[in-house]
Amino acid sequence: MSAILPPAERLWWKQPLDRAELLWILIALAWCMVLFFMMPYWHLYGKQNLANEAYRMSPERYSALTAEMVDKYKVREEGGDLKVPVVHPPAGGDAYLIARLWSWYPILELEAGKSYRIHLMAMDYQHGFSLQPENINIQVLPGYDHVITVTPTHAGTYGIVCNEYCGIGHSTMTSKLYVVK
Amino acid sequence: MAVNRMFRTCPTTGLVFHQPAERLIIVNAVTGVVFLLLGGLLAIGVVLTRWPAVHWLAADRFYQVLTAHGIDMLIFWIIFFEIAVLYFCSAVLLKSRLATPRMAWTAYGMMLIGALVNNYAVMRGDSSVMMTSYVPMSAHWSFYLGLILFAVGALIACFVFFGTLVTAKSERTYVGSVPLVTFGAITAAIIAVFTIASGAIILIPTFLWSIGLISHIDPLMYRTIWWAFGHSSQQINVAAHISVWYAIAAIVFGAKPLSERVSRMAFLLYIFFLQLASAHHLLVDPGLSSNWKIFNTSYAMYLAVLASMVHGLTVPGAIEVAQREKGYTHGLFEWLRKAPWGNPVFSGMFISLIGFGFLGGISGVMMGTEQLNLIIHNTLYVPGHFHATVVIGTTLAFMALTYFLIPVLFRREIMFPTMAKWQPYVFGLGMYGVALFLMAAGTLGVPRRDWDITFAGNTFPYEFPGAAFLMLGLAGITGLIAITGGGMYLLNTVGSVFLGRKIVTPGFAHVRAAAGVAPAPKPVSTAITGHGSSVGAWGLVAPGTFSLAMVFLASFVLYYFINWKYLATVWPLK
Repeated sequence: MSAILPPAERLWWKQPLDRAELLWILIALAWCMVLFFMMPYWHLYGKQNLANEAYRMSPERYSALTAEMVDKYKVREEGGDLKVPVVHPPAGGDAYLIARLWSWYPILELEAGKSYRIHLMAMDYQHGFSLQPENINIQVLPGYDHVITVTPTHAGTYGIVCNEYCGIGHSTMTSKLYVVK
Repeated sequence: MAVNRMFRTCPTTGLVFHQPAERLIIVNAVTGVVFLLLGGLLAIGVVLTRWPAVHWLAADRFYQVLTAHGIDMLIFWIIFFEIAVLYFCSAVLLKSRLATPRMAWTAYGMMLIGALVNNYAVMRGDSSVMMTSYVPMSAHWSFYLGLILFAVGALIACFVFFGTLVTAKSERTYVGSVPLVTFGAITAAIIAVFTIASGAIILIPTFLWSIGLISHIDPLMYRTIWWAFGHSSQQINVAAHISVWYAIAAIVFGAKPLSERVSRMAFLLYIFFLQLASAHHLLVDPGLSSNWKIFNTSYAMYLAVLASMVHGLTVPGAIEVAQREKGYTHGLFEWLRKAPWGNPVFSGMFISLIGFGFLGGISGVMMGTEQLNLIIHNTLYVPGHFHATVVIGTTLAFMALTYFLIPVLFRREIMFPTMAKWQPYVFGLGMYGVALFLMAAGTLGVPRRDWDITFAGNTFPYEFPGAAFLMLGLAGITGLIAITGGGMYLLNTVGSVFLGRKIVTPGFAHVRAAAGVAPAPKPVSTAITGHGSSVGAWGLVAPGTFSLAMVFLASFVLYYFINWKYLATVWPLK
């Protein structure tokens, strides 16, 4: 007669369904379909989606591509003795960001309203790209060049925080991203 | 080898305990509680460091403590206790002997050694890699070896459980189908086999890599398979604690399921779909397609969410029907108002159910939505979510069950009944706060697993808004309240089990059951009935529960679209 005893009815699967249960199952099922179809819907009509464009890549090749971009488009250096280059890549072009223990390289300067193909890859451990205060969070893996096409909306100085634990210096792995008009 | 066929019957509940099963349940449960104590002590370090105003531990110590806290709580405390639950749901509920007690002891020994070896690795200080131990960050080889030993032990225990089901069936210790609670335990055990196999597939190569026999492990492959272990192990918890909810509803109220068919179908959906959830952790990873992400993250169209929503109705619904049959029929909620709120077995279970649904369930769907994950991934929202599912859901349900087991299994009186009465409220409500405030901080972008979010001394620091610090402070305060509640539980259970007054029953003895069969249950003969006699408002048997379910749905819908609205404001991405 209870959940800790064998069912009283040998043919319990023939017991009629209770109305409250049936109603709730139908409502819940309908809601589950909404939950499911929102995702493809957003791919069609929403603006915030990952294209899942990614390439296998060696750290050497990725470093070389980044160095090439820095050479071409460096506008200044920041960070005192660290001399971290600030790079202003052309709108619509590729911009490379290296995640490594425990820094981001280089600093990107983007223009508001323009689209960029931002590449993310880790050189050593796994890292997390967290753009604040926008709160866009993307996993960064070693060996995978992940391309994200973003369109910054507002000018300003943004923070990049590593949000995948990467060892003792994890908290020190922060950087900046500039968006100019 | 002679089979031990000694049984005792509990004088108050009529439950039948096989002697070796009883010992194994006791030892597994007690070991679980010891790891809960350890994890709870470590929680003090975590809470007092992430509370920015206190910021207690140094970075290396913090990451070490956080690693140990995660593994001791999520794996060792919960799985030891779950093995006890599996033995209880098979041997005790089916009135059967436990199959192969020796293998069960071997399983226990392996799990214990594994847990100790893993803790040793973390204590060494060179294995602060968090529970996830993402490659290529490496831990000492004993870290992986400990986990593998533990997993193999747990797998053996699952097979002892399956063997007991076979024994009970062949020795005809019950009539008809297994009880619903046992069915839920079977669900948990099936998911456990899948989970542990995934763990072995990824941890064995990682162990070989840590001693230099394998040169490279792909990080994405690691994440995909590791999460089939890491997330699925939380699904074992869901199946187990929902079984415990049903058991408590039956024990406290004599509640029977609204219908066996619906509840069992819901468990079946878990078996089919819950394991797909490894995708929840990979939604913003490179290298996987959106089709893969959407299908897996939604458990194939949210069929496991459907199952949870069904249990969320049928557990309180069964209680409502039982209460209405006792005469609490006034209005929508008299059944709930007049429920035994002073009985920690019930209050713990109900606080667990509400928190799991409203906080854990809803937030889980948010994180598991492909695009919404962009504004949540790896923020404090994630620990907020799983403190609602695993701590409020699983741990609190297990705590509630303990208050029932102490007199029944350990045959001791609860040492501090008043403290027991208040404990689920202190622990549960403290943890409600922790979950909520961590989620709020995560919504503001605060990362998880971060020693210092003031980023003091960094060349390019980022300053989080003041509200984030307020949320972290509140999480710290409620965290201490929850730890106090955990301390009350530990003090009371350990005190009662070792020093509590013994419950003495005259003429108590273990009895050798004839031919290995416990006394057959009396055949139950009731006519096929629905719940016709107690129909409440709107022609529903459980109108109060149904209206609570509608409140739940409304919060769910509202919060879901608020998150989409928030997502729509961030930079366009494609």
